[in-house]
Amino acid sequence: MKLPPFEYASPGTVDDAVALLAERDGEASVLAGGQSLVPLMALRLARPELLVDINRVAGLDRVERVDGHVVIGACVRHAELERGSGESAAVPLLARAAPLIGHFQIRNRGTLCGALTHADAAAEWPTVAVTLDAEIEVRSASGVRWIPATEFFLGPFMTALEPGDLVTSVRFPVWSPGAGFAIEEFARRSGDFAIAGVACGIEVDGGRVSRCAIGLLGMASAARRADTAERAILGAAVTELDPEELGRLALADAEPPTDIHASSRYRRRVGAALTTRALATALKEASRA
Amino acid sequence: MPEVEVHLTVNGEDCRLSVEPRRTLADALREDLRLTGTHVGCEHGVCGACTVLVDGAAVRACLLLVAQLDGHEVVTIEGLSSPDGSLSPVQQAFRDCHGLQCGFCTPGFVVSVTALLDEHPHPTEEQLRHGLAGNLCRCTGYQGIVNAVRQVAASSAEARP
Repeated sequence: MKLPPFEYASPGTVDDAVALLAERDGEASVLAGGQSLVPLMALRLARPELLVDINRVAGLDRVERVDGHVVIGACVRHAELERGSGESAAVPLLARAAPLIGHFQIRNRGTLCGALTHADAAAEWPTVAVTLDAEIEVRSASGVRWIPATEFFLGPFMTALEPGDLVTSVRFPVWSPGAGFAIEEFARRSGDFAIAGVACGIEVDGGRVSRCAIGLLGMASAARRADTAERAILGAAVTELDPEELGRLALADAEPPTDIHASSRYRRRVGAALTTRALATALKEASRA
Repeated sequence: MPEVEVHLTVNGEDCRLSVEPRRTLADALREDLRLTGTHVGCEHGVCGACTVLVDGAAVRACLLLVAQLDGHEVVTIEGLSSPDGSLSPVQQAFRDCHGLQCGFCTPGFVVSVTALLDEHPHPTEEQLRHGLAGNLCRCTGYQGIVNAVRQVAASSAEARP
């Protein structure tokens, strides 16, 4: 369908964008890549009065390394992260997750921060952000705050953002150079949202797991960590870990949704198999050093 | 709603438009600029029929507002063939390999494949098939389209010194 009418503004600075959002008290939406927002508007699922286009805001297209973090600006597109060049290479999961998003035409426009804000429970970036303990930079009329990804996603398409908030960047901690990472997902067709998926990161020190993070995709109403499995892995000797058993453990307390695409039980089984595969890959990569 | 003034380049020509903010690039091309080669199918980013190049990158024209494109460069299916009407290598390959039947999806496919081969002149089978996944065709079963991409990749391999 054609889009319903709205007003359009294209500010040049973060301050101007925040002021425009504050004026409308929740009746304005931020336009970055528009690959989720514009379809929502075409389908009348979103009806903002004003679109604040942030594509001309100076500085939001940057990827920078700051104090042990890679900081990704709100207008950095999936395609740039997929290339894995520049500072984003310090967080290897970014270039591995990006190709799984939609199709290349979508990745040329869509942004990482936009996907976080959209908060689809079956999307890749929320899961990657939760897995890697990313923090989301939020600007509003009352100042700047950083929200941990683990507290950002409240439910399907629901976040901790409030009316008038603008996400300006997200920062990912850089793990040690020898760390291993993997992301696995299953979708019926290339580019579809996944039926199930998992992202993980492992660090190994002296043959034992010294850092472990597992994030599940599409397994709950929002991206979440598999805490029980993480605790079982942390501190264990790599040679004693059984990825198959850990895959089952990671999904043991999950209650994935049943919908037209898959039953809850099927999702749990696929999730366990994918977790096994991802853990094996990450453990192998982390054990090379 | 107040209209937005946009100055952009389409197929190498300067265009000035005054549009409602809700005007998508796809509708601006078809309705305002009468470039009806860009087709509009699903209008929410799924089918790929409206794919065009913006600053060289393939994008969905139905998911972009033309208001966003002030100062940008757009190339449509009309901009891919030569001014004398002779077909681009990708268009010729679609014709040779029967990569179309009704033709509705074809402009989107040709633009996507042009961008794909720009980035991967000799795509692997996986790159080729993933590269086609963002465009839907309901007639051909895709085999002719896959063959067309292979033909272009093979002929550019022959042309290499």
